[in-house]
Amino acid sequence: MEVQNLTKHFPILGGILQRTVGYVYAVNGVNFSINKGETCGLVGESGSGKTTVGKLIVKLLEPTKGKIFFEKNDVTNLKGSDLKLYRRSVQMVFQDPYASLNPRMTVKDMLVEVMRSHKIYEGSEYEYAIKLLERVGMSEEHLYRYPHELSGGQRQRVVIARALCLDPKFIVLDEPTASLDVSVQAQILDLLKELQEKYNYSYLLITHNLAVVKYISKKIIVMYRGIVVEKAETNDLFKEPQHPYTISLLSAIPVPDPTLVRKKIILKGEPPDPIEPIKACPFQDRCPYVMAICKEKSPPEIDLGKGHIVKCWLKA
Amino acid sequence: MLLKVENLKVEFYTYRGVVHALNGVNFHLDKGEILGLAGETGSGKSVTSLAIQKLLPPNAKIISGKILFDGIDLVELNEDEMRKIRGKRIATIFQDPHTYLNPVFRIEKQFIDVLLAHDPDIKKVELKKEREKLARAKAIEMLKMVSMPAPERILKMFPHELSGGMKQRVLLALAFSLNPDLIIADEATTALDVTIQSQILDIMEKLRRGKNVSILFITHDLGLIAENCQRIAIMYGGRVVEFGDVKKVLTNPLHPYTQGLINALLRIDKDIKPVSIPGTVPDLVNLPLGCPFYSRCAYALDECNKSFPEPVIVDGVRVNCHLFARK
Repeated sequence: MEVQNLTKHFPILGGILQRTVGYVYAVNGVNFSINKGETCGLVGESGSGKTTVGKLIVKLLEPTKGKIFFEKNDVTNLKGSDLKLYRRSVQMVFQDPYASLNPRMTVKDMLVEVMRSHKIYEGSEYEYAIKLLERVGMSEEHLYRYPHELSGGQRQRVVIARALCLDPKFIVLDEPTASLDVSVQAQILDLLKELQEKYNYSYLLITHNLAVVKYISKKIIVMYRGIVVEKAETNDLFKEPQHPYTISLLSAIPVPDPTLVRKKIILKGEPPDPIEPIKACPFQDRCPYVMAICKEKSPPEIDLGKGHIVKCWLKA
Repeated sequence: MLLKVENLKVEFYTYRGVVHALNGVNFHLDKGEILGLAGETGSGKSVTSLAIQKLLPPNAKIISGKILFDGIDLVELNEDEMRKIRGKRIATIFQDPHTYLNPVFRIEKQFIDVLLAHDPDIKKVELKKEREKLARAKAIEMLKMVSMPAPERILKMFPHELSGGMKQRVLLALAFSLNPDLIIADEATTALDVTIQSQILDIMEKLRRGKNVSILFITHDLGLIAENCQRIAIMYGGRVVEFGDVKKVLTNPLHPYTQGLINALLRIDKDIKPVSIPGTVPDLVNLPLGCPFYSRCAYALDECNKSFPEPVIVDGVRVNCHLFARK
């Protein structure tokens, strides 16, 4: 999977004629690529455009600009039956398992519905549904349960099973553990890791929780205001974060070790309003090291080697 | 001691039967202290907070126990007496600031209403206009204390015009404006981004030190407790199962549940593989007779299934576990 200069601006409609009065600049020129069998973490604050990137990739949204390539084919403008075929390979797991499961359908109905709609496993849907449940660590007894009869962790397993139904190659995971208790988060992440090892899935992991990325992802992309500000191998980023935003983000994560003394970098101000067009560096208002040039020109992408890329004037 | 909760039991009456939400909660909070209250979903954290404020829904009832606040038993108070304490002496900051602020009134009106109703200095003034003027000045002063830019402008805004972090700062300002003795922060920063979270906690700590307020800090994030609290109470199945100094509890957890909770955390500071706790939280309708953690515990003994363990003090930490009662 590769995206080039991916951009999405949502129009804001206003007035009685519903004319476009402005844009929400959600994603602004994002580039990255993910190899087969690899996990890439996409982190950022709420409103940084990370979920929009996920939706663009599974083609729930049309990009304003830019291109998406899957297995070297341009999939940016797929329509109709081609799109349906593409969706077999690319699936998404959403944040809240309770909201993405139909409360009036049993687990079996939900799994079979997907198979019927794509006309696969005809005649053996039931057997395949059991196999899927076993793959995510559940069993036949859960087949006739409704979502409310399952625990949070089990619900998330069903959502994952449903995404695996079509035997995809690429899965977008949007905050897969955010709504779960800490005591079961690791279970779900282990399951995802295990499935990847067995079936060689590629993941795009969207999250605000850097600890989740550290646990299951090799590569990490940090977004701010729709722009990729830093890209690196996860270990390098945790050891030597370069962008001032990444540094403050890492320092803001609470660590459950009361003996550890850390210096916190507390950012001033609020995240920027995505309605304002981006001028120069999006982080300028909150950056502790802001310089004159940051307010004039957009920072260049600096390659620090080993795939570590940072977008900041400090490093130029 | 500012707050002492003794053997608090709360039941909810639902169509499924009686939900035993709290089954004898014991903890105390000193003046000027921050106590962290941690546990999984359904462990009784929020019910404890609601019981202290006597804001339990109509189908819930305090069965027994005491909530001693500055020597007064809140359980015995009627609604009129409670209203004088709530907001004024015990203030709360809830998880979602959006649902707490009234969307149809400007921040100014919401602030002034609270001050006019509770602030003794403002209530003394006779003229209504004078009172409102005083309240407005106080509101501006408080908003400045939470480092809000342009407080005069903020007062004229509606809640939807503010970002999540700003709304939470308005609530902080409101909570602190009446000089309460106790602030209950119920997952107050959960809905915020981490950079905003540390901003809010920094302001909260400054205000707390300045005014010597006690805080009951309810969260599921042990990291936040490690960094902000002096003592910690771990809840499970409607009881506090471990209670003591944060450093002691988090570096040397005694209760198997506390150990499990810490081992399940995803760490950014260490390369340790997290281990989930097997099983799920107990059904509070059919609560087991013995220790509620029995079915998930790796060290379970025979007596664990028979009776709930009596508290034992180990190195200043109180723990309810048969493993220690035996020794």
